[in-house]
Amino acid sequence: MNNLDPSEVTPRRLYLSRRQFIGAASATVAGALALAACKGNVPSTDTANPPSAGAATDSASPPSAGVSTDELGDPLTSYQDVTHYNNYYEFSTNKEAVAKLAEDFPISPWSVEVSGLVNNPKAYSIEDFQKFEPEERIYRLRCVEAWSMVIPWIGFPLRKLLEEVQPTGEAKYVQFTTLYDPKTMPARGAEFYNWPYVEGLRLDEAMHNLTILATGLYGQPLPNQNGAPIRLVVPWKYGFKSIKAIVKIELVNYQPSTLWMQAGPDEYGFYANVNPNVDHPRWSQSIERRIGEVGRRKTLLFNGYENEVASLYEGMDLNKDF
Amino acid sequence: MITTNKFFIKWFPILLHIACLLPIPWLIFDAWRGNLSADPIRAAILRTGKIALELLVLSLMCTPLNRYFGFKPALRARRILGDYSFLYVCLHFAIIVSLDYGFNLQFISTELLQRPYALVGLATGLLLIPLAITSFKPWPKRLGKNWKRLHRLVYLIVLLDALHFILSVKQGVIEPYLWMGLVIFLLVLRIPPIQRLLSGNTPEEAAIS
Repeated sequence: MNNLDPSEVTPRRLYLSRRQFIGAASATVAGALALAACKGNVPSTDTANPPSAGAATDSASPPSAGVSTDELGDPLTSYQDVTHYNNYYEFSTNKEAVAKLAEDFPISPWSVEVSGLVNNPKAYSIEDFQKFEPEERIYRLRCVEAWSMVIPWIGFPLRKLLEEVQPTGEAKYVQFTTLYDPKTMPARGAEFYNWPYVEGLRLDEAMHNLTILATGLYGQPLPNQNGAPIRLVVPWKYGFKSIKAIVKIELVNYQPSTLWMQAGPDEYGFYANVNPNVDHPRWSQSIERRIGEVGRRKTLLFNGYENEVASLYEGMDLNKDF
Repeated sequence: MITTNKFFIKWFPILLHIACLLPIPWLIFDAWRGNLSADPIRAAILRTGKIALELLVLSLMCTPLNRYFGFKPALRARRILGDYSFLYVCLHFAIIVSLDYGFNLQFISTELLQRPYALVGLATGLLLIPLAITSFKPWPKRLGKNWKRLHRLVYLIVLLDALHFILSVKQGVIEPYLWMGLVIFLLVLRIPPIQRLLSGNTPEEAAIS
């Protein structure tokens, strides 16, 4: 069996060239991808309108932010990436398909009902929120899927709204609900979730100064795919807590049961605080990919807002209340 | 018949090589054009992994194609498809280690070695190595009967590959389960009693090989 015709042996030259080929193919693909990944750090090449100063909420002006980094010195994620990589299952489970599917989503007229355990229940129009003086907030957004962005939101503290409606003494939690309208929100690939999307915060979390209702980003009105006309942004929690296209805000005395808690009780808790020490059952939460970067970076406790929010959770077991 | 056409016999493997290589320039083009989403590294990992699985499943279709439909060129395609599957596994792995984890061994060990999907994927890739090496001359002859035994490992490998896919997606995503179904179907076709049952009903020419 071991007698071998020399002609049957792969020539060394050819044998080596196969290895070289695999190496060269890997290097070429890697190089092209590295370039593609880094491109996101140069927003001006991605968008027709380069960022410029000014934070007015004016659709005629180009996307712009007042500053170019967050307080840790990390650059903003490009406008293109922020608006074309969206987890918004009401439209599609495909992050790249959301922008297109949400294009014609009707956001005007819009009404947000604020009710429940409050002294002054009220229905707000989007224009009504102008009186809360939306301002620019640069926040990191950490998705539960282990990627992250830095986004210049335009928004106002939820506290201002809550102070106006005056929660009663019994109110312990805030429950948020997204619009449910299968005609305009096809939920491709997510037809069987328990719609509508519901999220919740403890009242002290909702009153925290970092918690905002956003009506814009990059100095412009909120694009539909990012949750127009109004969404929540809670920067120290995983992105799914920051519920989009809100139609109802209720003050309640029970811990709300959210859509994700119902879909996967072991995987998604009520608090969903960004925590590198509490892994998702199927992947590590200790590292993340910052969109636009090659490699990964360490995830920060409370997404880097530990100084501001850690006191909210004193004495709690974050492994249990994940 | 097409399978006896000289022109076809000559060109079939060449076309197959081209088809198997095409995804590489395609991937580079998409990366260059910015078609790989905001997270091109992840997109490339998913794409190379998917192609590796597709080629491995295609290689598994070759024997039934010949046995039940008398499509002989499929037997020549089997090794080519398997080897290219290994090439895409290598790319998949290279991108994960370099661009995804930036050669950070601490990150790799915490994430990759503790996660079921990653461990299964690693096992799949490692098990493919001996098959890829021995698919080239002189190994088939040198190993004789053992070569066939060794290459039966592919049945386990393709199951692990589909399992790797299942373990790596969110709950509610059905595509990987469809792949697992196809893999199981192709493996069931190889169970001797089923083979006999099916061969009995097929044309004579197919039963010969």
